[in-house]
Order: sequence, then C-alpha cells, then structure tokens
Amino acid sequence: MSTNRTITYAAALNEALREEMNRDEDVIILGEDIGDYGGVFNVTKGLIEEFGRERIIDTPISEAGFTGAGVGAAMTGLKPVVEIMWVDFTFVAMDQILNQAAKMSYMSGGQTSVPMVIRTQGGGGRGNAAQHSQSLEAIFAQVPGIKVVAPSTPYDAKGLLKQSIREGCPVMFLENKMLYSQKGEVPEEEYVIPLGVADIKRAGSDVTIVTLSRMVQFSLDAAEQLAQEGINAEVIDLRTIVPLDVDTVKQSVAKTNRLVIVQEAHRSYGWGAELAARIQEEAFDDLDSPVLRVATEDVPIPYNLKLEKETLPQVADIVREVKKALYRQ
Amino acid sequence: MQDLLKFYELDEQGWSWSEEDCRNVWSTLNLIRAFEEKSVDVYKQGLMGGSLHPYIGQEAVAVGVGMLLQKTDYMTMTYRGRGHALAKGADPYKLFAEMMGREDGYCKGKGGPMHIASKEDGILGANGIVGAGIPIAVGGALTAKRKKNGQVAVTFFGDGATNQGAFHEALNLAAVLALPILFVCENNLYSEMTPIGDSVLNEHLAERGVAYRIPSIVVDGNDVRAVSEAAKWAVDRGRAGQGPTLIEAKTYRQLGHMYGDAETYRTKDEVEAWKQKDPLLLFRKTCIERGLLDEAALNELKQNVYTQIEEAYERAKESAEPKMEEIFTDVY
Repeated sequence: MSTNRTITYAAALNEALREEMNRDEDVIILGEDIGDYGGVFNVTKGLIEEFGRERIIDTPISEAGFTGAGVGAAMTGLKPVVEIMWVDFTFVAMDQILNQAAKMSYMSGGQTSVPMVIRTQGGGGRGNAAQHSQSLEAIFAQVPGIKVVAPSTPYDAKGLLKQSIREGCPVMFLENKMLYSQKGEVPEEEYVIPLGVADIKRAGSDVTIVTLSRMVQFSLDAAEQLAQEGINAEVIDLRTIVPLDVDTVKQSVAKTNRLVIVQEAHRSYGWGAELAARIQEEAFDDLDSPVLRVATEDVPIPYNLKLEKETLPQVADIVREVKKALYRQ
Repeated sequence: MQDLLKFYELDEQGWSWSEEDCRNVWSTLNLIRAFEEKSVDVYKQGLMGGSLHPYIGQEAVAVGVGMLLQKTDYMTMTYRGRGHALAKGADPYKLFAEMMGREDGYCKGKGGPMHIASKEDGILGANGIVGAGIPIAVGGALTAKRKKNGQVAVTFFGDGATNQGAFHEALNLAAVLALPILFVCENNLYSEMTPIGDSVLNEHLAERGVAYRIPSIVVDGNDVRAVSEAAKWAVDRGRAGQGPTLIEAKTYRQLGHMYGDAETYRTKDEVEAWKQKDPLLLFRKTCIERGLLDEAALNELKQNVYTQIEEAYERAKESAEPKMEEIFTDVY
C-alpha cells in the first residue's frame, strides 16, 4: 500500500465518483458528454463501462431540463451527480438550482430534501474569454439552501466530492479547469473531508492569506517569495464558502493581525467582501491594518492571453498586497 | 407523425362507471370546488398572505387524472394546485392550515399556497415558477424507471407553461429517455392575463408534444369522464414502460388569474358561456341521465363535502402559528 501515491485532480474526482457509485446504488450521473465520451475533462472516464447507461446518463444540451430532472430524482430517492460542463452554463439552469433545489427543503417544511451534487468547473487562464472563464461561487452562496465547495488539490477534491454526495442537500461543487492535470498525493485508503472546515495549507505568523481553488497555489507561491524577504505568511484554504469557516480565519488573524483575501472572482460583491465584513465585525480588535483583497478586475474576462493575465490575480499581486498589509511598501 | 396527435372522443355507449365510481368522482369534484370557494373567502378575510390563484372551473382535470394515481406515484403541479393535491388524497385540514400559515400545515406554514407538498401522498410540490415543476416530475419518472417499481410521474401545468424552455427541455428529455410520465397541460385559454392565442400560433398545444415524438391527446377538460379515459391510456402506457404521453385538456378558468384580477381581457358573456359547460354541472347531468345517481344522492354527497370543508377550515383557523425557531430549520 502506497502512502504517497500521486494522481491528478481529474483522476481523484474520477475515483470519488467510482467509489461512491460502488458504495451506493442510488448514485447516478447526468450530464453532457459524460458517458461514452468520458467528460470533456475526463472526470467521468470509464464510468459508463463500469456502471452502464442506466446510471451514467448522457443528456441533451438542456441544462435546465437535466438539472431539474436531477432535482426531481433527488427528491424521490436517487442521489444524482449532475455535471454542468462549464460554470458559465449554470445561468441557463439557475431557476432549477436557486429557486428549486435550494428552496425545496425549506418550502416543504422539511418533508423533502434534494441530495444532489452539481459538479462544474470555472476559472480563467486558458483564453476561454468571457463566457467560459468565470468564478461564480459567490452567486450560489448568496441564496440560502445550497452548499458551495471549491477544492484546490487532488486530495481535497476527492474527499470533498465523496462527502458532498453524502451530504443530503444540494451542493455546488466547483472545480477549476486549470487544476485537472495538477498532481498531488492521494492515499489509497478511503477518506472523506467534512464541508465547512478550512485547511491551513501553510502555517505562518506575519499575515493571513485566505483563498480557495486555483488561488491556493498562487498564494503558496507568493508565500515562498515573501519568505525570501523574511515575511512568514499563513495560507488558509477555505475549501467551502457555504459553510464558511470563519473561526479558522479568526484564529489565524488573532495571531497575525493582518488579513489579505485572494479570490479569482471579480472584486466586487464576492465572498471576499463577505469574509472581510465578518472579520471586521467579529475580530476588529485583532486587526493592525485594513483587510485587503486581491481579485479579478470588474470587467468581463478578455480573450487576449496577456490582457486576461493582467485581469486575473497573479502571484505578484498577492506579494504586493501582503506587503501593503504589512506597511512594507 | 400526425398519428401521434389524437383527438379523444368519449365513447358514450361504451362508457360505464359503477355507482361507487360516480359517488367518488362527484364527491371529489365538490371537495375541490368547496375548498376553492372557501379559500376565496379566507383570502377576503385577510387570513392568508400573498396571492390566491383559484382552480374553480378546472376540477375535472385534476379529478379525472387523480383517480388513476396511487399514493406512490409522483406529482408536481402549479400554484393553482390545491385541486390536484385534493384529487391525490391530501387532507383539507392540513391544506387550510398551510394556506393560513399554521404549524399544522403541510409545510409547517413555511411554504404557503404556492408550495404545497405532501411527501406521504407523492406530491413533490406545487411551484411558484411557471413550468418549473415539469423537469422535476421528469426526475421523479427517472427514479421510477431506475427502481422499476411501476410508478409513474404526472405533472400538471398551464397553457402558458408551454412557452417556457423548461417545458421543451423536459419533454425532449423524457422522450429520449422513454420515461414513465404523463404531461397534463390544462389549457384554460389564458396565460395569466393574456389570451393563449396571442402567445402561440399552434391551435392545439398538444402539437408541441408531437414535435418531440410524444403521443399527445386533445381532450375535453371539462368532461371528467373523457379526461379519465384518456389519462388511463397514458398512465397504462407509463406503467408498461412505453414512455411519456401528453394530454392537452381544454378547459376554462372561471375566476381571474388570482383573486382581485380585474379580468379586462375577457367578457362576462364569455365567462357565462363557459359556466354552462361547468365540469360539475356536466357530470351531475350525466349521473342523472344515466340513472347512476339521483338528485337526492347527489345533493347529499355535495352537502357532506361542504360540511367537511367547513369543519376543516374552522379547525385550521384555530390552529397554532409556527414557532419562531422554525425560521432556522429545514434550510438544508
């Protein structure tokens, strides 16, 4: 048994799906090109051969239709994992996600539940332009009734997806297109990761960087650069924004007294703003400097790769803002 | 392709229901009518929040289909959906309690008239969004097919919903996956306040089912017998694994879209003409003409139902409001 087995983020997700489908016959998968083709990012590769067409269901390009079918299937005893190929496409299914799935338990007084995971992927960095590059996690977080997960590593991706399938409520599971080929250690042994528990990816004492998804690696790279200059940054990966683990952030800020939030979503009205508000409400006395944000500019993502790079957060932006928080500029 | 579109005509000679069937159908028709009349009264008294969308005039559709369903069959319906719930066995007391936002209501007073659900009756939910319940019912049918238990799903929606994308996506998906589902379009001629003829060029909305290669039936939605016979064919098809069916029931909404609607889009003469074709009036006439139930029996059954509704309302009115802690339960 290898304890330091290394696999890709896509392979880790594939394992999570396979294991949960073997564990629970009610788990099915619905989505576009997920069966015979294996998914455009290979996450569902091989599953149709193993589980058949009754459980791996290739759908028409009808996000509202098959997401709605997922809601109904979940309400009647199945545990659907619905794949929406790009997070940008969720907008055509938003009624089913935010008006139906998210509210069903509450509106029915708890009679019904919607144990459904919507897997999708977002983020920029590949020149996919404005309708294929967004980071929309906060949009789902603004409507109560649906949990929001955004893993940064293969290990987290697997453990969080397995738990999301078992969570018993709607979960938006937001993968990142730039991470699918990234490798990381994933043990052979089974494990799950509870939702709502942030992970300290790097311990430090001078400043707290809070982030998730692809920006975790950017923040770790920034922390390495900062270390060269004697700045010891703590990097917290939230992993989920609903539930939001504010306590872990508060504990860190109590130690570092400085907070920089790094989100790939647009700057305004993002989860970073929410977290900043919570910290100033609940930990104001721990702060020695204003909470700063590194985020994507408030413009649609441009196609040109140089413009896109300038628009999205980069390692240098994180380094700069951390220094600002430490008044070292 | 045209043979997928059928115009159902009841075979008057061949039609035969037992006296028991007639008693049940007559009672349920009146149960819905009485409930809806009382609901208008409750609304006028200010005992309800939001809007009230009465079902009066369309009862034959809910009853004709509902009498074929088991509790285990899945159903979604619209914000005009108390009739469908009653036809599937819902308790008038729990419905009234929900309408008045009480803790004994189906949804503990947290859903209200537009979101009635009853898990024990297979009622997945009414819906406040036009057309949104249609794909959800397709999901119920997916479960039924996967579990191979002979269950079917039924979804009720209005004429206006057939202009929503969710309707088209749901029909196509159900057709491609050959799911056991009955799509029931209640064409009451008005999409909220707009005549359906102003919103779509198809004369028969059932043509839209044919476009997805779903057998589709046009039926007189005010004749509970015709609705039921047509629906029986469809439900049997579903249970036998032969895929989806669409029924367009031509009917009429005797009251406005919601209580308080100024109804400027139609004439009083038009409403009066349709009241002559009222589904309860038609069924009563049939029972008498065919010697199945006499005036006295019909009146007695009707009276029993009205008494039952009055009692349910009185009890519900006295029931408790939900506790403040309920605000924070059932979120996930």
